[in-house]
Amino acid sequence: MGEFETPEDLLAASRQARDAGYKHIDAYTPFPIEGLAAAIGFRWTFVPLITLSGGLLGGLGGFGLQYWCSAIAYPENIGGRSLNSWPAFIPVTFEMTVLFASLFAVVGMLALNKLPQPYHPVFNVERFAAQASTDRFFLCIEARDVKFDLVETARFLESVHATHVVEVRDED
Amino acid sequence: MSVTQTPTNSPEIRRLDPVLEPGHTYASVTDKIAAVVLTRPLGIGWLAGFALCFSIVMLLTVAVAWLFTKGVGIWGINIPIGWGFAIVNFVWWIGIGHAGTLISAILFLLNQKWRTSINRFAEAMTLFAVACAGIFPLIHTGRPWMAYYMFPYPSTMGLWPQFRSPLIWDVFAVSTYGTVSLLFWYIGLLPDLATLRDRAKYKYQQVIFGILSMGWRNSARHWHRYQSAYLLLAGLATPLVLSVHTVVSFDFAIAIVPGWHTTIFPPYFVAGAIYSGFAMVITIAIPLRKAYGLEDFITMRHLDNMAKVMLATGLIVAYGYFIEFVLAYYSGNKFDVFLANQRLHGPYSHFYYALLLCNILTPQLLWMEKVRRSIPALFLLSLVINTGMWLERFVIVVISLTRDFMPSAWGRYSATFWDYATLLGTLGLFTMLLFLFVRGLPAIAIAEMRELVAHEGHSKKGHD
Repeated sequence: MGEFETPEDLLAASRQARDAGYKHIDAYTPFPIEGLAAAIGFRWTFVPLITLSGGLLGGLGGFGLQYWCSAIAYPENIGGRSLNSWPAFIPVTFEMTVLFASLFAVVGMLALNKLPQPYHPVFNVERFAAQASTDRFFLCIEARDVKFDLVETARFLESVHATHVVEVRDED
Repeated sequence: MSVTQTPTNSPEIRRLDPVLEPGHTYASVTDKIAAVVLTRPLGIGWLAGFALCFSIVMLLTVAVAWLFTKGVGIWGINIPIGWGFAIVNFVWWIGIGHAGTLISAILFLLNQKWRTSINRFAEAMTLFAVACAGIFPLIHTGRPWMAYYMFPYPSTMGLWPQFRSPLIWDVFAVSTYGTVSLLFWYIGLLPDLATLRDRAKYKYQQVIFGILSMGWRNSARHWHRYQSAYLLLAGLATPLVLSVHTVVSFDFAIAIVPGWHTTIFPPYFVAGAIYSGFAMVITIAIPLRKAYGLEDFITMRHLDNMAKVMLATGLIVAYGYFIEFVLAYYSGNKFDVFLANQRLHGPYSHFYYALLLCNILTPQLLWMEKVRRSIPALFLLSLVINTGMWLERFVIVVISLTRDFMPSAWGRYSATFWDYATLLGTLGLFTMLLFLFVRGLPAIAIAEMRELVAHEGHSKKGHD
């Protein structure tokens, strides 16, 4: 793991790491940086699709619930309206769409991020635990990468101007 | 090209106040905001304020307990005025909540940088306002222990809710609004909770923030999904905000009562909600920035912009009042015309004139830049506007109910001690929750402020 002082340094280093052939890399920043996800090779996320499916489920479910209650389970003549009084069903259908879409978006995002995950080896790096959520930027090249070599990778990180290069160890 | 056009480098073009005072770094914004939660000792001001609010919440507890014991007769409601302070307070609180979501979601979609330092506590304000609002539908029914009837569940009596009623639409709208606001606020808080976890000095702080932050480690991959979810939530919350107060306005507009049954209500209510909501955000922002020294983050630009939004929505509300009269007279419907006249010289007309003074006349002062930039004036004006918006809901509910179709059905309404106690109690609850929030969680979005620092740094480099 290498530490950087500015977001631009980290971006440049990430691109160089990709160019050097490393695939399993991750960057850590105290705020989201534009272009960084693409620079480390992460382009597409399922979150919008999950949200859409949640919205569809909520909308169809909400309308279905109202239709079933009003036309099948408990039909009542209210003001001469037809049993399938769909204009009156619109507000609840809309609210259910938004509710389920939001729930799916949040739960989906957390699940895809594999959160909650209180422990991760990167927290063992002292400078990371202190500074990653304040004002320092980190690039981590994982050992499962094919090109990874403890000495070579450390040298590579120093060559892209990382200020502190540290080995991330897993506590067993 | 006209001769009288002012050239762009003229000294008459006023420099805009910054959104963030210069000289801040990622570390300094983090330090400043986190210090309020982690290291600053509880001052006598906070303790005294909290003690006062807590005692008012006790009053609320007594008022609600007495209500459950004796029934809704302790309030001033009667036939025909079956809806009194409870509904007025409900609509008022929900309205206040709307500004938080507007700032969080709508200003995010519009890419307005000035939302950054105000969106966290504004969204917290929304949650607390919705909590206070939600008390009223639960307690105002004659048999509140049967409030669960409103939810669709398979009951042994084979009963299901009446989905064609705006009262049920309210249940879904307000529940959805509370849930989505909570979700939006919480995922916004996740990176900041991680920041607090990393900086916490005491074990209990580390444990609490550690659990709440779910192990967030600022990974770029996580940020990517996070930003996707945040944008989607903002996009979902925007129509939600507009729909919730529309559904609340349907409580009145769907009924046939004169003075209620008008199509201007949905946009007029939504504009009124944003109006009172921004007034409440200003009421909170001004003491907050003073007490915790956050003037660098909540600058005059923010106060100025919020004042402008208040002025704009105030004008929409003024149009709403005007068109209500026009439509009533134009319709020729004798009941609507009569009710419009009742607002002007009926038994409650003094409330209506107070309303016009608070909501239409006094906010016109905001046209003057001197007023927008004067902190005491803004604070006073925000209180006046919130009072005016409460009066508006009172006028809508009570005047229409006291003077409906048949003279033999007319009545009078006067609030009892318990009506006032419950209203004051919810104000105490709201303020108490805010006091707790300000000390327990970061009142300003730390990660977003860092983004702002980065952005300001880039734009400065761009101009050099």
